[in-house]
Amino acid sequence: MSITRTQLVYVFGLGLLVALPFLGAYPVFVMKVLCFALFACAFNLLIGYTGLLSFGHAAFFGGAAYAAGYSMKAWGLPTPIGLAFGVLVAAGLGLVFGWLAIRRSGIYLTMITLALAQMVYFFCLQAPFTGGEDGLQSVPRGTFLGLSLQDDLRLYYVVVGTFALGFLAIDRIVHSPFGQVLKAIRENEPRAVSLGYDVDRFKLLAFVLSAALAGLAGGLKTAVLGFATLTDVLWTTSGAVILMTLVGGMGTMVGPILGAAIVVALESKVGDLGTALAQLTGIEWFNALGESVTIVTGLIFVACVSVFRQGIVGEVPGLLRRLLPGRTST
Amino acid sequence: MTELFGVPIRAILGQLLLGLVNGSFYAMLSLGLAVIFGLLNVINFAHGAMYMLGAFLAWLGMTYLGLDYWVMLVLAPVTVGLFGAVVERALLRRLSKLDPLYGLLLTLGLTLIIEGVFRSFFGVSGQPYQVPEALTGASDLGFMILPNYRAWVVAVSLTVCFATWVVTERTRLGSYLRAGTENPRLVQAFGINVPLLVTTTYGLGVALAALAGVLAAPVLQVSPLMGQNLIITVFAVVVIGGMGSIAGSIITGLGLGVIEGLTKVVYPQGSSTVVFLIMAVVLLVRPAGLFGRER
Repeated sequence: MSITRTQLVYVFGLGLLVALPFLGAYPVFVMKVLCFALFACAFNLLIGYTGLLSFGHAAFFGGAAYAAGYSMKAWGLPTPIGLAFGVLVAAGLGLVFGWLAIRRSGIYLTMITLALAQMVYFFCLQAPFTGGEDGLQSVPRGTFLGLSLQDDLRLYYVVVGTFALGFLAIDRIVHSPFGQVLKAIRENEPRAVSLGYDVDRFKLLAFVLSAALAGLAGGLKTAVLGFATLTDVLWTTSGAVILMTLVGGMGTMVGPILGAAIVVALESKVGDLGTALAQLTGIEWFNALGESVTIVTGLIFVACVSVFRQGIVGEVPGLLRRLLPGRTST
Repeated sequence: MTELFGVPIRAILGQLLLGLVNGSFYAMLSLGLAVIFGLLNVINFAHGAMYMLGAFLAWLGMTYLGLDYWVMLVLAPVTVGLFGAVVERALLRRLSKLDPLYGLLLTLGLTLIIEGVFRSFFGVSGQPYQVPEALTGASDLGFMILPNYRAWVVAVSLTVCFATWVVTERTRLGSYLRAGTENPRLVQAFGINVPLLVTTTYGLGVALAALAGVLAAPVLQVSPLMGQNLIITVFAVVVIGGMGSIAGSIITGLGLGVIEGLTKVVYPQGSSTVVFLIMAVVLLVRPAGLFGRER
C-alpha cells in the first residue's frame, strides 16, 4: 500500500500539532483554534458535502458546551464521559433540528435552523442550570483515564488526539459510499431521488453526524477554557462558523481548519491591529477596533462572498498556476 | 367583568395592543422580505440592520440636526432606501446568477458591518427618544386606556401594509413586479427595465424596514442591536406564513404579534419562544407555510 499525498499532508499536519508547543506556540490558543477547527469541519460536512446551509450550528456547539460543562462540574464526570454526554445532547438536538428543517430546502432550511437555534438560546438564557447571563463558570478540566488535566500540555495532547479522531471520522464519512450519496444529493437532488435513494434519511443522518461532531467541539471548548456562556449558543457563533468554512474553502477537507485558525487569530489580535493602525495613522477611532471585531468580520464576509467564493484552499492553487505559468499542476 | 381567567381585562388588552404593535412591525418587515425575495431571490439578512438604521437616523436627525419627528418619518426611510439601492447595485447584483445562499451571506456581512460601526460610535445602551407632542398622552376608551402613540403605530403600519398590497396587486408597477417574480427574462424581453425594477424593489423593501424602525424607536428604545433579535423572529414569521402572498405576510405578522402578546399574559417565560414553537408545529402540519405553495 502506497501513501497518497493527502495522507502525507495529514501526517505532516499531525506532526506539526504535536510539535507546536515546543516551537513556542501558546497551548491554550492552539487548543481554542483546534476546537473551532473541529466545529468548522463538522459544519462543512453539511454545507460542503451535502449542500445544506445550517444557520443553527451554535445550538449544537453551545448546547454541548453547556451539557459537557454541567456534567463535569455538577456531577464530577471524567472529561471523556462529559464530552460524550455533550455529543449525545448535540446529536439529540441535531435529530430534532434536522427532522424539522429538511421538510423545506434551500433558503427556508437556513431560516428554520436559525429560528430553532434562537429557541435554544432563549432556553439557555432562562434555564436554571446554565447560569443565565453569567454562563457556566469555572468548569474543572477533569481527568482523563485517571490523570488530571490541570497541566496545559497534558490537556493539549488530549485535545489534539480528540481533534484528530474527529477529523478522521469526517474524512471517513466523506469518502464512504454514504458520503458519495451526500455529494450526489448536493449536486442534483432530483436525480438522487430518481436513483432510488431515500434522500431525506441521508440528509437527516448527515445533519445528526454534523451536529454530534459540532457538539464534540463545543464540549472540548468548555474543557479547555473552563466556561460555557450564552455567546456559544448565540447566532453570531453560527455566523462565525459559516465564515470560517467560507474563508478556508467549502467542501474541502483542510479549508475549514485554515479558516478557523484565521478567524480565531483575527478575533484575538484585531485589537492589537487597531492600536497599531491608530499609532500609524493618528486616527483615534482605530483604537476602538478591538471592541468592534464584527466590522472586520463583516468586511471579510462581504469580500469572500463577492470575490473569493472558493475560499483559500479553492482559490490559491488557481492563483499560483496563473502566477507561475511554467509549472503544470496535478 | 374586570377579570378573565384570573387576569385583569385591562392587562390583557394592554398586552394585546403591544402585541398588535409588535405584530405590525413583523408584518412590515416580513412584507419587505417577501417582496425582495420574490424578485431578487435573496433573503435579506440586513433587514434588521436597515430597521435599526431607520431608527438611528431618526434619532440622530432629531438630536443633532433639530429636525422634528414628522420630517424624519419621511427622511429616514428615504435615506435608507437610497442606501439600499446603492447596496443592490454595487454588491447584490454581482451575485444574482449564483445560489441564493450567497446573497444571505453577503447581507449577513453587511449586517455585521453596519451594526459594528454603530456599536463603535454609540455603544450598546439604548438611546432615549421623544414622542412628538401631538402623539403623547392616552385616550380613555372606557374599557381601557389607549396610549396614543401605540394606536398611531398600528394605524400607520396597517395603512402602509394595505398601500403595499394595493400597489402590488392593483397597479401597473405591481403587475411588472409580479411578472418579474414569475419570469424576469420574459418581462425584460417585453421591454421593461428589469434591473431598474430590481433596484427599486430592494430600495423600497428596506425603506419599509426603516419606516418600521422610525415607528418602533419611541416604543422600544434605539440601540445598535435592536434589529438582531427582531430579524430572527421575522424569519420565523416568514417560514410560518410562506412568502407566496402579500396579504398572507400581513395577516401572519399581525396574528403572531397578538399571540406573542397574549402569551406574555398567560406564561411570560414562553413569550420569547412561542413564535418558534408555532413555526415547528406549522412545519409539521403544513411544511409550505400557511399561505405558501410548494415549489
